[in-house]
Amino acid sequence: MSPEYDLVVIGAGPAGVAGALSAALAGVNVALVDGAARPGGQYFRHLPEGFHPGRPGALHHGLDRFTRQWEALRERATLLLGHRVWAVERDEQGVSVRCLEGDREERPRTVTGRRLLLATGAHDRPLPFPGWDLPGVLTAGGAQALLKGNLVVAGRRVVVAGTGPFLLPVAAGLAEAGADVRGVFEANGRLGLARHPLLAAGKAGEAAGYAVSLARHRVPYHGRQAVIEAHGEGGLTHVTVARLDRHWRPVSTRTVECDTLAYGYGFVPQLELPVQLGCATRRDADGGPVVAVDAGQRTSVPGVYAAGESTGVGGAVLAEVEGRIAGRTAAADLGRRVGPLPALLRRRERLSAFARALLTAYPVRPGWQRWLREDTLVCRCEEVPLSGVREARELGATDARSIKLLARPGMGWCQGRMCGYAVACLAGENVSAPRRPIAQPIRLGDLAALTRSPLEG
Amino acid sequence: MPDVVVIGAGAVGAACAYYAARAGLDVVVVDRGPVAGGTTGAGEGNVLVSDKEPGPELDLALLSNGLWRDLAERDGFEFEPKGGLVVAESAGVLDALVGLAGKQGVEHVVVDPAGLADYEPYLTKDLAGGVFYPQDAQVQPMLAAARLIQRGAERYGQGTLMLRTGVTVTGFVRDGDRVAGVTTDRGDILAGAVVNAAGTWGGEVAALAGVHVPVLPRRGFILVTEPMREPPVRHKVYTAAYVTNVASDSEGLETSAVVEATASGPVLIGASRERVGFDRTTSIPVLERLARQAVELFPVLAGRRVIRTYCGFRPYCPDHLPVIGEDPRAPGLHHACGHEGAGIGLAPATGHLIAQTLTGARPDLDLRPFRPDRFEKERP
Repeated sequence: MSPEYDLVVIGAGPAGVAGALSAALAGVNVALVDGAARPGGQYFRHLPEGFHPGRPGALHHGLDRFTRQWEALRERATLLLGHRVWAVERDEQGVSVRCLEGDREERPRTVTGRRLLLATGAHDRPLPFPGWDLPGVLTAGGAQALLKGNLVVAGRRVVVAGTGPFLLPVAAGLAEAGADVRGVFEANGRLGLARHPLLAAGKAGEAAGYAVSLARHRVPYHGRQAVIEAHGEGGLTHVTVARLDRHWRPVSTRTVECDTLAYGYGFVPQLELPVQLGCATRRDADGGPVVAVDAGQRTSVPGVYAAGESTGVGGAVLAEVEGRIAGRTAAADLGRRVGPLPALLRRRERLSAFARALLTAYPVRPGWQRWLREDTLVCRCEEVPLSGVREARELGATDARSIKLLARPGMGWCQGRMCGYAVACLAGENVSAPRRPIAQPIRLGDLAALTRSPLEG
Repeated sequence: MPDVVVIGAGAVGAACAYYAARAGLDVVVVDRGPVAGGTTGAGEGNVLVSDKEPGPELDLALLSNGLWRDLAERDGFEFEPKGGLVVAESAGVLDALVGLAGKQGVEHVVVDPAGLADYEPYLTKDLAGGVFYPQDAQVQPMLAAARLIQRGAERYGQGTLMLRTGVTVTGFVRDGDRVAGVTTDRGDILAGAVVNAAGTWGGEVAALAGVHVPVLPRRGFILVTEPMREPPVRHKVYTAAYVTNVASDSEGLETSAVVEATASGPVLIGASRERVGFDRTTSIPVLERLARQAVELFPVLAGRRVIRTYCGFRPYCPDHLPVIGEDPRAPGLHHACGHEGAGIGLAPATGHLIAQTLTGARPDLDLRPFRPDRFEKERP
């Protein structure tokens, strides 16, 4: 049976939509698959139906452009939203993308293509600390999603903490929406990036915009400080903020009252699908694994391309550029005529140099491990405390995998997406690319009836 | 200088080390990875007597079953003496099962179709009956291996039993013909004797000593469901086909339903057998077959979700028996490998027998069927 589509794109964020559109414009028959009910990926998702940005500003940066691309794509490609991909396979014909379609009444569906573009994005990288499981403690990405979903944040007393430039739009967005932002606590030095020459070349304007916004709302921005503990009975009431030394070991502490904490320590590229296909990975500037691609965004597996955060965390603008390059490369590889790429390639070069500089300027330092207590949960799904991880190490578990086998962190619902980074750090190793042959939970009944599914004949 | 170096910190190596230390020997366990990082870390933790044909492996399983119960008096590795239920799809298969049970001479109960629900209320009604084996049990295999080493060290002295992870054996130290230690990437370790408990990689270790022990991988996948507060499976439940598959010599894919709950909540679903070398590529058709067979056995599982899957490599020998005992071709080298899918269950007996051969005691079982040099004739 020949594949249904020339190109299947997984991920409806900036990279996937730009890639799908570029390929479709070159005459390629494209299907775009995404697990969410709406497009946008982690960056633009959760916009209410019919939402149009009324004013330019931090929160809506690039949204207009994305919306136009989405509208253009609607007329030119098959859009399969609400399709969660649990596995991808490849044979001589092309790729089979195994999805679960629908919400409560989910059913399996397989989408086939001659080629595949992986634009699977990234998710938040939290670090554990005492109290991180209290209601009111959110990841920065989670807070951004709340905000974009138009949830009421006005009047909430919010602390924003972690590391990286993403904290700025989160804090600015919350302040613009009427939240009382008590402070932004950046664990790295706040001047670390300003000294970097690439900032001046790159995004000084955008950063300055957030700074103006934070200043207007009188939000203090502190460098080399972090929230090391959250307190409350049943809900967050206050946090302990520490001054850190350069290894992130606490030097002194104070208390800040708040009912919401939005925090994040960067992002983890979602690699389970590329790993399923056997795509080669490389170490990014922060030591984490990302998909290795060539100048045309081709992975090591023939017919499979990757773009966006899975090839290195670099933000929505870089993701879009990579998506466009991937879409056009795929179209050219499929025999379509596409225009020259040099300007796009130069843009990607500049933006990815900037992304590498950011990763280097906002590392995670090992001192965070001192914020933990013996009873601090490292894995929330399986409720594994730090003492459990320590005991596994004493029993002879020397790496993250054997810690998981003995103490169970990462064995639960999220399959280590939340705790994988922390457990690898505690094991003293670099995070390895995740092996998740089942990328999404699937009902046994659906798995059992896979090849009997009427859609597959 | 230790009396014994044990190569491999899986369940079998851990048991060898534990019983050798108990016998008064100083032991060093080395593993190129962490504790329980090989096949032990990819298994279900079966402690079975039900699936063995009468003969040397059943004798080994029965000896081991009793030893597991002794070891479990201080638990810490989720020992569950829950019993195994083998079910038959047809009257003919049931007859064969009952016949096998009679020959085994193992404690068992023949269960008629109406009686199955008393054991497993959620089992499909389309079965001809089954046989229940109360001695079948389950352990958490990774914890079991790690705890055996830890307890051996605690009880018999830290200097008596030492675990060294991240140490790769590169060869053997010889004293004339005799094996007198190992060379590793972290230096030589001299010892009175060496135990090869390298599991699926036992053949490679044997080759370093210049001896032929044919241990090959037989791949198996396991599906793991979401955790359930009250799992609908109470015992280890499997179909009669499992018994024939275990003993089969087929190269191709064989699957049979093996379903059981674990102490931490998920249900484990096996079992597949394939000879594909050390290929870890996930096979969706295999997963589909495992799911279908499990749902046929327990229809209620259809609505439960699988959250992960993993595969491992059972170490099998051509005659499906493990290799246990000193190698006459390389005196001082004792083998304890090739247990196929039964390594967890057979580990304590293997360790106990190896400790007896190491100390010169008369082994509790006749070790001739497990002789390391029994494959010499088959060499190409």
